[in-house]
Amino acid sequence: MKDEVTSKDRAAGLKGMGTSRKRVEDVRFTQGKGNYVDDIKLDGMLFGDFVRSPYAHAKVVNIDTSAAMKVPGVLAVLTAKELAPLGLHWMPTLAGDKQMVLADGKVLFQGQEVAFVVATDRYAAADGVEAVEVDYEELPVVVDPFKAMEPDAPVLREDLAGKMEGAHGPRKHHNHIFTWEAGEKDATEKVLSGADVVAEEMVYYHRTHPCPLETCGCVASMDKVTGKLTLYGTFQAPHAIRTVVALISGIAEHNIRVISPDIGGGFGNKVGAYSGYVCSVVASIVTGKPVKWVEDRMDNLMSTAFARDYWMQGKIAATKDGKITGLWCHTTADHGGFDACADPTKFPAGFMNICTGSYDIPTAYLAVDGVYTNKAPGGVAYRCSFRVTEAAYFIERMIEVLAIKLNMDAAELRRINFIRKDQFPYNSALGWEYDSGDYHTAWDKALKAVGYDALRAEQAQRIADFKAGKTRKLMGIGLTHFTEIVGAGPVKNCDILGLGMFDSCEIRIHPTGSAIARLGTISQGQGHATTFAQIIASEIGLPADDITLEEGDTDTAPYGLGTYGSRSTPVAGAATAMAARKIRAKAQMIAAYLLEVHDDDLEWDVDRFVVKGDATRFKTMKELAFAAYNKAIPGLEPGLEAVSYYDPPNMTYPFGAYICVMDIDVDTGEHDVRQFYALDDCGTRINPMIIEGQVHGGCTEGYAIAMGQEIAYDEMGNHKTATLMDFFLPTAWETPTYTTDFTVTPSPHHPIGAKGVGESPNVGSVPCFSNAVHDAFRHFGLVQSHMPHDHWRIWKIAEDLGLHAE
Amino acid sequence: MIPAGFEYHRPADIRSAISILQEHGDAARVIAGGHSLIPMMKLRMTDIGHLVDLQAIGELKGVEVGAEKVTLGAMTTQAELIGNAALGAKIPLLREAALQIADPQVRYVGTVGGNVANGDPGNDMPGLMQCLDATYTLVGPDGTRDVAARDFYEAAYFTARGDEEILTRITIPVPAMKGYAYEKQKRKIGDYATAAAAVLVGGGKASVAMTNLSDTPIWSEAAGAALAKGDVEGCVAAAMGAIAPSEDMRGPIAFKKHVAEVILRRAIAKAQERAK
Repeated sequence: MKDEVTSKDRAAGLKGMGTSRKRVEDVRFTQGKGNYVDDIKLDGMLFGDFVRSPYAHAKVVNIDTSAAMKVPGVLAVLTAKELAPLGLHWMPTLAGDKQMVLADGKVLFQGQEVAFVVATDRYAAADGVEAVEVDYEELPVVVDPFKAMEPDAPVLREDLAGKMEGAHGPRKHHNHIFTWEAGEKDATEKVLSGADVVAEEMVYYHRTHPCPLETCGCVASMDKVTGKLTLYGTFQAPHAIRTVVALISGIAEHNIRVISPDIGGGFGNKVGAYSGYVCSVVASIVTGKPVKWVEDRMDNLMSTAFARDYWMQGKIAATKDGKITGLWCHTTADHGGFDACADPTKFPAGFMNICTGSYDIPTAYLAVDGVYTNKAPGGVAYRCSFRVTEAAYFIERMIEVLAIKLNMDAAELRRINFIRKDQFPYNSALGWEYDSGDYHTAWDKALKAVGYDALRAEQAQRIADFKAGKTRKLMGIGLTHFTEIVGAGPVKNCDILGLGMFDSCEIRIHPTGSAIARLGTISQGQGHATTFAQIIASEIGLPADDITLEEGDTDTAPYGLGTYGSRSTPVAGAATAMAARKIRAKAQMIAAYLLEVHDDDLEWDVDRFVVKGDATRFKTMKELAFAAYNKAIPGLEPGLEAVSYYDPPNMTYPFGAYICVMDIDVDTGEHDVRQFYALDDCGTRINPMIIEGQVHGGCTEGYAIAMGQEIAYDEMGNHKTATLMDFFLPTAWETPTYTTDFTVTPSPHHPIGAKGVGESPNVGSVPCFSNAVHDAFRHFGLVQSHMPHDHWRIWKIAEDLGLHAE
Repeated sequence: MIPAGFEYHRPADIRSAISILQEHGDAARVIAGGHSLIPMMKLRMTDIGHLVDLQAIGELKGVEVGAEKVTLGAMTTQAELIGNAALGAKIPLLREAALQIADPQVRYVGTVGGNVANGDPGNDMPGLMQCLDATYTLVGPDGTRDVAARDFYEAAYFTARGDEEILTRITIPVPAMKGYAYEKQKRKIGDYATAAAAVLVGGGKASVAMTNLSDTPIWSEAAGAALAKGDVEGCVAAAMGAIAPSEDMRGPIAFKKHVAEVILRRAIAKAQERAK
């Protein structure tokens, strides 16, 4: 009994998995001691800035840089003409398309990069930008993807003329990019035509933007003596960036060092390659000096990758008692002027085919058409696995629409259609193998926690009061049960530019029993230095506080595909556990030698190997670490380190049950989120406090997206939301209060059973907030209204339903 | 978001400030808190060769609370205004409105004078000052003159202030009306109003002004007269007849008109309640 307590105490001292360990990063972040790209200052460093197009679609007739070159401090102005001899005026995108680095004869969106001015400081560069004279000849603008597909729509991409075969199959129109299909078309149409009930709706997930607090930027430094390029940048995938730079610049990969320092939020915005990186590298080669480029907020909102802009036409079929029999979806995807999505190569619409959600839907079909428009390129996974937010929003809206059609309670409709616990692993109609889940348990816990039946009774009373003229506020109850698909992914079907999406961890144990671990991922605020040390602590019995974690330097870290799509814990976290287990296996051999027993006579106990049946004979990991460097052990190499490259056998499938209660002022369109309950099941929980923080952050982004955040253009393609005045980024004042909860269904294939959580709250909360708005008006006839649900759009719902009539 | 080059001046008194304005004409602008001017400069939407910072001028500071009137130095920050208990007791409407401007960080730097002088229709203080029947003191090369807030605003960013004049002081008569309210709908902290209404009522008198619903603040004499008689419908009708909102990201015109009416009615109800 006494020993058990001791083991527990020793385990607690490690601060391993399951501990709400304080974030080690926050010591520097909260004291202003972070080291971000814009903090990097190198001797003789120059600064680059872009001339950007004021037009959404125009011919570039002439660029006159002569006045700019006379501005004091301006050293060079790059245009496509200068880049063309190097073959760098265009660059490949991650989606198999190509993108102009600098305007090559035309511009395709407002804010597009036209020229790069290099100067001694950013003030001189800005003056130089103003002095560049560009003659444009305006062309007809298309901002609507449906109009872009009309036969006589303007041609946006003359460079693709005659190319009717794209990176993802045939193109059927000059503004068409690809068609991507999953599931069975004929079978689904047959189900729809024979169904008791079919609900049909257009679900639009508007264009928004990840808007990380730190914008994108880099410092390129070409050492002409050594021939070595060092590129510091806000890269979510530093190793992939190194390979991309090698492939497009011709610089040998061993001569490129990419460093991601501290990153102030990424959310998908910092995955792709941007003109600023290419131009900085070229400018550094040309000038022989380090060149910095850092976006301002308007640059970021106007030109670097947006998210969503999916028009999802849906049909859902069910029996008259609510059993779903089929799902059909056709999506028109607005990709902007170039297809610069950051999806795995074989998935041009990401994992949109997770759109059957948490439900056992036997037959389904999905088709996605990608379309060019005169808007900024992107379509990145804004705090979600590729297009999973779109899929979750689609199915969670369709469930609500079906509930209306069936006149059923939406909570009950979900319950009767959930994939049952005994069906896992579950093969979905659109091609995924869900690894695990227990949706009914989570759902029942959530409904009970919020007092669902009482809320519905209160809502019924509120409706009666409203009709009686006693109140002007309606009450909405938003429900969501989402299933994420994260952890891309198995190399057999997931790659980016041909690079398999494995990830890696290298651990070195020092003689005194502390350690350093390096990973192929890169934290942007997720707290990797905290949580990955906890995994190692639990696996090898050294305190998390004695383990340093490093990421982001390609000269030192093992190769990995980076951090996005909630892949760090599912993939790099698995690699970390596997590397730690290799170390423990070697430590066991050392212990056996020292204790003069067979390996199999030892058992692991928190931080030591103990001789079976004799608790007094043991060697701690700290002792074994020293022995690894100190003893000559026959048949064993000295040292104690290991590396693991982990190719996951499957994705992981975190899920959650979210419920939102919202009061809505019918007259002003204002809302008040009275309650928000978030239950997440991310499998094994590594650091509950970090999970809670992730859920708060993701829900706040989801709140912003659902309730006001958008990238809007007028018909001329003018960007209307390029500042934080009009682009909604909630402050503490607007942010709702969240209640978090959890169930634990470990992933059966992950070494520690973890599934990833960072993105779940964004995926789950957007439909939850939106469903609350819809639910408030359901009893007055609302079926579907598009986000964002800002004041005037909510007011418009009420106006259209006649709720403002005297 | 990098401004063009400019000369920075930091005069110690009003006379010096005016002489800098005289010397440089159109190329010079005074800066108070800078919350409107600096973004415009960063966007290069305004070209200012000489920036005249007023913060070292002691005579532009200070709040005097008298029995009949209150005077605010133009460089009084919103935070100082909010923190002045005597002022809050005398004209609680001022404090109620100032607390709805932006966030604490902005209010520590943003000034009352800058807010009223810039002529930005989104600013809260101009409508408020019209409601309170404040008077602005302008000092220029030719001396000092007073202009009523109700006569000051000509169009968006165009006011009665001459290029070489500096708005130095705001004088507000202590209102006889006991009921007051400043109601504002906005999308988020830091945003301009979708619609805002300032209402004073009591003792057979009333004054009504609205913000960000036209290219100038709207003070409606007819609305005040109607409310003074207790005619709420007449007041609302008059005010609604005076506004001319434009569409922006806050919403279309029909929405703004609807919200303006709702906000005005709420302000009236609150002010009437407080007048009791």
